[in-house]
Amino acid sequence: MKYRSVFDIIGPVMVGPSSSHTAGAARIGLVARQLFQKEPEWAAFHLYGSFAKTYQGHGTDVALVGGILGFDTFDTRMTESFKYAEDKGVSYSFYEEEANLDHPNTVKIRLGAGKEEMELVGISIGGGKVEIKELNGFELRLSGNHPAILVVHDDRYGTIASVSTKLAEYEINIGHMEVSRKEQGKEALMVIEVDQNIDEKTMGELTKLEHVKKVTKIHD
Amino acid sequence: MFRNVEELVELCETKNLPVSEIMIRQEMEVHERSYEEIFSQMERNLDVMERAVNRGITEQVKSVSGLTGGDGKKLNEYMQLNETLSGNLILDAVSKAMATNEVNAAMGTICATPTAGAAGVVPGTLFAVKEKLNPSREQMVRYLFVSGAFGFVVANNASISGAAGGCQAEVGSATGMAAAAIVEMAGGTPRQSAQAMAMALKNMLGLVCDPVAGLVEVPCVKRNAFGASNALVAADLALAGIESRIPCDEVIDAMYRIGETMPSTLRETGEGGLAATPTGVRYKEQIFGSGSK
Repeated sequence: MKYRSVFDIIGPVMVGPSSSHTAGAARIGLVARQLFQKEPEWAAFHLYGSFAKTYQGHGTDVALVGGILGFDTFDTRMTESFKYAEDKGVSYSFYEEEANLDHPNTVKIRLGAGKEEMELVGISIGGGKVEIKELNGFELRLSGNHPAILVVHDDRYGTIASVSTKLAEYEINIGHMEVSRKEQGKEALMVIEVDQNIDEKTMGELTKLEHVKKVTKIHD
Repeated sequence: MFRNVEELVELCETKNLPVSEIMIRQEMEVHERSYEEIFSQMERNLDVMERAVNRGITEQVKSVSGLTGGDGKKLNEYMQLNETLSGNLILDAVSKAMATNEVNAAMGTICATPTAGAAGVVPGTLFAVKEKLNPSREQMVRYLFVSGAFGFVVANNASISGAAGGCQAEVGSATGMAAAAIVEMAGGTPRQSAQAMAMALKNMLGLVCDPVAGLVEVPCVKRNAFGASNALVAADLALAGIESRIPCDEVIDAMYRIGETMPSTLRETGEGGLAATPTGVRYKEQIFGSGSK
């Protein structure tokens, strides 16, 4: 079941005008911002399907930029997000893509700062609910509704066990977990949805584990 | 977790509890949260709805495009000064539904129910029925849990997205949710709530999503208006003991299948229906310039 809470239906509290095209877009942007872990210098938004056709009217553009600046759906700074981006020196661009993807409301976000770049694909499935489908070429499924840890690691035996053992040590319960890789024996990505927010100490411990290259988190 | 309306109604009947209570208990169980936490979160949503309604019927709100705003207020004033034909309760719900959507179109703060484009129906009917039934604040919060319970079933078995299922999935769902909630507030049974939802949604089947210039304004604001009036009529039908020949779950399933076969021009792309009329196209050009695609 895609919707698990009554507040997915009665909610979110949001700045209008569209739950899928404004609030959902803001949430995808916000997840991208959390995973990038810093203010980007530039952002590129590739819009597909209904997003591409109607983004200006729905304020999808304003909401995406608001999201990557860290504004939540109910943040009243949202309507002025372009101005905030300019003040902060964050440049942004939009591309209307012709391709028909599986879901009508799809956006690919690319963020950059210095040499660092990140690419994320998200869909807005209705009522403000979103799913992240791809991160830097890894396929995944992430709701953005629960706290989560994302671990980039070498595709070696024992790595998954060492991460889950460490979480058990800190009494952190895993709600959902999946692993994906682009090629056998190369880089892999672990996505672990957990029940509570993860503190910096735990994050640091995970980073120190063998074969772990990078750890990021999404909090509530 | 209840997966469909029949399971929800059976849970209510075997436990002898109202729909709102089943929804609250499920939320407590699935998310391991306390009654108080869940209740107060919903109460905050109610506060947001109340502020949006009040703003829309008293202030001269205007969207950025200029296409919508002020009609909720206009209808409210008309009701104060005139003997209305369709009656004050229905028109009160209609004006408050429009008010909410006008605030939404003006990028004001609203609570999605189940979406922003359909955010007028549930609060519009709630704050109108409130004048008639004088519910407690708790009963008003419960109204939202009933709406949420029925919307939950639709979202999981069909869709609440205009891009996926057309307006029937948005204003249609909201209308059914509101109808079911009115029934509980008026003292009807869970089974009558399900009947109200079925009858309200049946009347919305096939409704397309064809926003002019891609904006959540025309025809969204007025579709919320009629959704609110339909919800009240459906609730009265159910309370009178009238039943839908097609069970609620099958109506929801029909809605899903209709959405699946709807062409993409009529699913929130702004390319068909009212959006493609000469006037609709002209508005689009005025707002975004004549070079706009």
